Amino acid sequence: MMNSLSRKDWMPEAYRKTLVRQMSQHAHSEIVGMLPEGNWITRAPNLRRKAILLAKVQDEGGHGLYLYAAAETLGTSRDEMIEALHSGKAKYSTIFNYPTLTWADIGAIGWLVDGAAIMNQVPLQRTSYGPYARAMVRICKEESFHQRQGYEIMMHLAAGAAEQKRMAQDALNRWWQPSLMMFGPPDDQSPNTEQSMRWRIKRDTNDALRQKFVDITVPQAEAIGLTVPDPELKWNEARGSYDFGAVDWEEFKAVVKGQGPVAKERMAARVKAWEEGAWVRDAARAHAAKRAAAKQAAE
Amino acid sequence: MSDPSQEWPLWEVFVRGKGGLSHRHVGSVHAADAQMALAHARDTYTRRMEGVSLWVLPSAEITASDPGEADALFAPAEDKVYRHPTFYTIPDHIKHI
Amino acid sequence: MHALATHALRLGDDALILGQRLSEWCGHAPALEIDLSLANIALDCVGQATHFLALAGALEGQGRDADRLAFHRDVMDFTNCLLVEQPNGDFAQTIARQFFFAHYQHLLFERMQAVQDERFAAIAAKAVKETAYHAKLAGEWVIRLGDGTEESRARMERGLDWMWRFTGELFAMDEIDSAAIDAGAGVDKAALHPLWDARIGAVLAEAGLAPPAPHRPVLGGRIGRHSEHLGHLISDMQFLQRAYPGATW
Repeated sequence: MMNSLSRKDWMPEAYRKTLVRQMSQHAHSEIVGMLPEGNWITRAPNLRRKAILLAKVQDEGGHGLYLYAAAETLGTSRDEMIEALHSGKAKYSTIFNYPTLTWADIGAIGWLVDGAAIMNQVPLQRTSYGPYARAMVRICKEESFHQRQGYEIMMHLAAGAAEQKRMAQDALNRWWQPSLMMFGPPDDQSPNTEQSMRWRIKRDTNDALRQKFVDITVPQAEAIGLTVPDPELKWNEARGSYDFGAVDWEEFKAVVKGQGPVAKERMAARVKAWEEGAWVRDAARAHAAKRAAAKQAAE
Repeated sequence: MSDPSQEWPLWEVFVRGKGGLSHRHVGSVHAADAQMALAHARDTYTRRMEGVSLWVLPSAEITASDPGEADALFAPAEDKVYRHPTFYTIPDHIKHI
Repeated sequence: MHALATHALRLGDDALILGQRLSEWCGHAPALEIDLSLANIALDCVGQATHFLALAGALEGQGRDADRLAFHRDVMDFTNCLLVEQPNGDFAQTIARQFFFAHYQHLLFERMQAVQDERFAAIAAKAVKETAYHAKLAGEWVIRLGDGTEESRARMERGLDWMWRFTGELFAMDEIDSAAIDAGAGVDKAALHPLWDARIGAVLAEAGLAPPAPHRPVLGGRIGRHSEHLGHLISDMQFLQRAYPGATW
């Protein structure tokens, strides 16, 4: 049979399922991730920051779109994926279930969360499934400014008035652990890592990426006079890496289960937008059908 | 439950960059009609000055070759080396050829 | 304030407040693609606001830059038209506002790009391309929603009806406008009104929608007499600058 763009026929079912799960999770993370930062667009402190933040959050929407489209090539519709998100069946990155309380959180998200995301994503540009890899190439290219703008916000705050520096430190304190969790459970507890590595969907282990993140980020914090909130953090000369304290995996598990501080708010916002938009989507479809019918009648 | 017929159809997006290159596939968008597909393509794929011209076409209109037939379709070209200029040996002192 | 500075301020405030309103949609639009479209329009608006407010500050000559003007004035000093400060409402109401305003802005900038004053002409020449797209996009949505379903049609009618009373203000002329024209920086907005009516009318006809019933224009935005909505919008927008006076970001 002639096939459209769907590539599902030539790959093992388990590989396809893993791909759809990973790509849709990634897409959902981008879309839900618009909410915590979107929370500050109208309150951005100046016009430059407003434009940057709006462009960044818009980029995230675009990235969600690219990823949904890549997953759609495997025969799963976007609506199905969105439904799975809304019903709680599909997961998204736990990080977005934490609230953005101050402007510094926008800096911290760009610096830490995008930093961690980039680290996760760069190897995915070489992932084995073409449409996913191509989406990731585009995403990585566009995201290169995201982390820099976040760090720039933190630099300004850390160099600003005492109350601004306090805001920056507070944001780092709250976002550090959740950022470390972004790399997923430790390798010995990660149910999917081994298989995904074998299929070359995933290219590095969770723990390796987490270590890399810590090693890169700690000097960045020190450079602007902020303190990474980890009393056990210490440079290990022998390893050429930082030793760092244990991540609270109990919290991680709870957040994965949907018990993050603002998980309900995030899903409520997504569901509301989707449901309140239904009449718009219906109307556009109805209009297109009418137009098509009229065109056909005229021919 | 989601009904696939309720979803805006998918459109494939092609962008021509500056400099007269051909339109290149960049991704897809959902849209109810062609005008909307163009707008969505513009707003999604040309936010960074990526292009000067856009094509959109319904994904359902694309007929793709079957990966299972790849050998039958593409292997026969492999031994037609005489189609390539490097197949021919011309002495070095002959210029402009 | 110098008349030309006020002229620039009005143009900047229109774009600023509309950009602020549109950015409220970010992450909440009816479809992912629409989210991107609305954000693009909002970004254009923030850009226009930045240019016009910077020009207003320069013309005023009191050392106020675009941010100072955007984040350190109270309601009575904002000079945007009432239309742009109207709440987003549902998507139809947002589209109605965008449709009316983008067509006005497009007509305005088409002419302003040819004025003698190069500062205004340059901003208009850039913005006219943006507004051409805004008007096209909004118009296409008016047609879709007007023609689509019973519900979308009813919502589109309500949206148009809500915004209609504020459209007269777009074309109202006062001494600032006259001074701007005399200085080679302004446009006869009253003369744009019939052109706007024709463009709006053509789209509404294609959508199968009747123009809203005539309404006495609600005025006041240009002299700082606003709707109750603006105070909330600016208290949100200016929060950080107000809470941390003198801080830089």
